[in-house]
Amino acid sequence: MTTDTVIETKASNLWGLANPTRFMGFASRAIPVLAAGTAILLVVGIYMSMNAPEDYQQGHTVKIMFIHVPAAYLAVIVYAIMCTSALGTLIWRHPLADVSLRTAAPIGAVFTFLALATGSLWGKPMWGTWWEWDARLTSVLVLFIVYLGLIALSKAFDEPSEAAWPLAVMTLTGAPLLPIIKWSVDWWNTLHQPASLAKFGKPSMPPDYYIPLLIMALAYMALFFTLHLMSMRNEILARRIRSMKMKSARSRGAC
Amino acid sequence: MITLLIREIRLTWRSGGGALTGVLFFLAVVAVFPFAIGPDTKLLSHLAPAILWIGALLASLLGLDRLFAHEREDGSLDLLVIQSHSLTLTIFVKAFAHWLMTGFPLVIATPIFGTMLNLSPYGIAVTMITLLAGTPAITFIGTVGAAVVVKVPRGGMLISILILPLVIPILIFGTTAITGALEDPAPFAVPFMMLCALTLFTSVLGPLAASVMLRHSAD
Repeated sequence: MTTDTVIETKASNLWGLANPTRFMGFASRAIPVLAAGTAILLVVGIYMSMNAPEDYQQGHTVKIMFIHVPAAYLAVIVYAIMCTSALGTLIWRHPLADVSLRTAAPIGAVFTFLALATGSLWGKPMWGTWWEWDARLTSVLVLFIVYLGLIALSKAFDEPSEAAWPLAVMTLTGAPLLPIIKWSVDWWNTLHQPASLAKFGKPSMPPDYYIPLLIMALAYMALFFTLHLMSMRNEILARRIRSMKMKSARSRGAC
Repeated sequence: MITLLIREIRLTWRSGGGALTGVLFFLAVVAVFPFAIGPDTKLLSHLAPAILWIGALLASLLGLDRLFAHEREDGSLDLLVIQSHSLTLTIFVKAFAHWLMTGFPLVIATPIFGTMLNLSPYGIAVTMITLLAGTPAITFIGTVGAAVVVKVPRGGMLISILILPLVIPILIFGTTAITGALEDPAPFAVPFMMLCALTLFTSVLGPLAASVMLRHSAD
């Protein structure tokens, strides 16, 4: 590492210092509230899900919906949040945008995996197959690969702050996936269609189902924000430790 | 800009024949399939368009990591960024030259490999047209990947991971168009026009995104 880049990093640290510190204060106040909210919503949501009536066709397996559908929502929402963070890096050069983007990726990948896994478990009794190369399943699988690629990219640089722009550009390049996933069930007439988003808000879905589903979706959202804030806090702490180590190494080298 | 195009082509040509390596890789991929599937000519001719497309896709990804790496190593990348010409246009020309040396030879080689896979002359013609329309889009999307990993020491593998999921639509429309041409009920024009649209779109957006990235990494 050259002295120029050291000075540059130091300068950007100084410039952004006020903001991350304020963020740390906000995070330490918000995390307990969000965590409590998540716990309450999850307990209520799971209780209501368990007591939801059995479907006349699907029986008990309809309850997989309450963990599958919110996970799929979150898989898409987290990517949308990452795209917003990417814009934050590229346009406003906000120092926290990169932290937000980088820490959201693994959480989003887990939600995507959860959506794929529970969908697969639901597909076996309902469709008679674990996996089908249908438009919705395939596009979500592609999203999963994109998440993993972005995580790999975020770890490929020696200096973490160097990954900010590459990550932001690459995240936005993947953004066209979101509308493809959203409308894949409409554009291609495939297996997933009968039990999808379209049900939401239609009168065909009784309140016994959509109220627990809504609560579970809120619980997942709260869970994501809790984990995201915690992860962002960790990332900031890790960067501070890193810059302290660099500083001590530099001062030792100077003696 | 034409000077740059000629320079790029000369450079690739002299540094060990980039075109030949790509075609050889294409040949290797195509040759592996019959070993895995078995020498059933009927099955092979049915799968041939898909095999050719996958081979072309993988061959197009080859060498993408070198698109800006040479310039970065000898420092001329900074000169490209600060010159008076539009950086986006420069990147477009570089990407086009790269396609001429990797994608275009594949299109030329398709009749030979198509014949080996027992594809009908009509099928070969259609495959060539779709490859001609579609492979530039792979290179243009790949330009973004090349710009993103320009600072990564060994970025070749990473580019493939990042770019492959994003070029899947090109593969889908390319093979759908071929199916549409060879089998009656399916349409050819719609997926083919989507393919052309993707190439035109990415020819603008790809160099633009890459120029944003390179301008930042240069300062």
